[in-house]
Amino acid sequence: MKIAVCVKRVPDMDIRFRIGTDSVSVDEAGLKFDINDFDAWAVEAALQLRDKNPGSEVTVISLGPDVVQETIRKALSMGVDRGVQLKADKVPFDGLAIAKALSEELKSGGFDLIFFGKMSPDSSNGVVGPMVAELLGLPCVTAISSLEIADGKGKAKRELEGAQEIVEFPLPAVLTVDEGLNTARLPSLKGIMAAKKKPLEVRAAQLPPPQLTVRKLELPAERKAGRVVGEGASAVPELVKLLQTEAKVL
Amino acid sequence: MANVFAYVETRGGDVRKVGLEAVTAARQLADKFAAEVHALLLGPPGIGAKAAQIAQYGADSVIVVENAALTNYNPEVATATAAERIKSGGYRAAIFSTSAQGRDLAPRVAARLGVSIVTDVLSFEVEGDAIVVRHPMNIGKVIATIAMTTTPAVIAMRPNVISPAQNAKAGRVENAQPAVDPGSTRVKVIETKQGSREKLDLAEAPVVIAGGRGLKAAENFKLVEDLASAFGNAAVGATRAVTDDGWRPHSDQIGQTGRLVSPQLYIAVGISGAVQHLAGMRTSKTIVAVNKDKDAPIFKVADYGIVGDVFEVIPALTQAVREAKKHH
Repeated sequence: MKIAVCVKRVPDMDIRFRIGTDSVSVDEAGLKFDINDFDAWAVEAALQLRDKNPGSEVTVISLGPDVVQETIRKALSMGVDRGVQLKADKVPFDGLAIAKALSEELKSGGFDLIFFGKMSPDSSNGVVGPMVAELLGLPCVTAISSLEIADGKGKAKRELEGAQEIVEFPLPAVLTVDEGLNTARLPSLKGIMAAKKKPLEVRAAQLPPPQLTVRKLELPAERKAGRVVGEGASAVPELVKLLQTEAKVL
Repeated sequence: MANVFAYVETRGGDVRKVGLEAVTAARQLADKFAAEVHALLLGPPGIGAKAAQIAQYGADSVIVVENAALTNYNPEVATATAAERIKSGGYRAAIFSTSAQGRDLAPRVAARLGVSIVTDVLSFEVEGDAIVVRHPMNIGKVIATIAMTTTPAVIAMRPNVISPAQNAKAGRVENAQPAVDPGSTRVKVIETKQGSREKLDLAEAPVVIAGGRGLKAAENFKLVEDLASAFGNAAVGATRAVTDDGWRPHSDQIGQTGRLVSPQLYIAVGISGAVQHLAGMRTSKTIVAVNKDKDAPIFKVADYGIVGDVFEVIPALTQAVREAKKHH
């Protein structure tokens, strides 16, 4: 099987963000970056399939400036066979522009499966995977939490609100990965050494002009400071009174 | 005249609340430029009976597509049908929901139309030629204001930010066919395993009670479930620590990698308030926290807190809520 995984470098979210001086980007000073969690699970899914199907190959693709090579190397150190950087000055917010650039790279690759994380926490738009599927005319299943592949067909589970869908699809296909599908392996020391020798091709991203304009970024209004009503079960009557008379939710 | 399109989400032959929210959002947008709302309703035979309800929420026209194979969501039929209708209708905007179905469908429709999309939209304004939307980024720690100038502007609303509001319109019914044969699609939903009917969904419940590690063991979630049943309109959620430990299914996880909820009332039971959890619930209207650690970060976002042992406080609260509900 030929498998592609599209991955994104994202900042660690456990920080108070600052808005850059241009007011339309996040100040990157002091941020720690790593592969998007959902994308790491996508890489893991691809590696598990490769290992079950001898002769398979996994390619990881990331769009962005040269710093995304770190993210590609991370995937290579997990066991991915080769990497492609689609070089761009920055990653645009516009998911269609990204999807078009990725589709240009993916369309002639002869991939049986193309994996994405279901979303990235930074742009939080979650549209690139299904858009690529549509641009390539491929079947697509989003946000999968289980996967079986056999005889050129796949079966996956998706979590809905209060329900689950069981979905069947033919290959080639595009899949986006939700939490719960697997636990991503950590790179081994051997993997890290091996990754240095694996091929990493760099090509210019064919990004069309974006159709969306980010006008400004802001920090959300802080919640007004709350109060501790009291301690222990004796505080319950006061809480109930506040929920009835002040918050009016009971 | 450029009208506004709304996709009415259905499941198992029922209109979902997010479907009514999409119609309400479309109505609010259409009223800004004196346009009509045209709603697309896909479902099994009999779904057309819901057209009157859709009209109540502001649809001038309801396009009804009934097909026995559409009891379950069919992504390829929904994509082709919505894209074809939006294209032929020349709409100014198309409104979807950022539900599981909407997240799957709306980007495909936008790609087929060759236009961009913004999901998880909190609010929108019309400014000249642009529709300007607000969209949370970085797990809600940054809010982006984004101008959409394409036609149509494809917008997927965050669930629960717009309450379905009645605003009755004519609701002319137009019966139509699926744009592709549901029997011929490549991706097939072969089964939808519906959770218990009585169980409210996290994203739609007006009250959410969530439990964390402070509950100490899976079986102690009964305290949370009892409190939810005392409210009667509550859903039960959990933190990532709890779902990772297998106390609750992954689908119950509220947080950065799980579900986003914005209920009227959120009660955090034995939850410390890790940043990954706060990302999923900080937009709740009223937040209550019960935790024995007075320094737990959850108290920074809670409107009302009780410092105490959840095994004492929650049963007392359950009893008090039962009493309060009885007197209503």
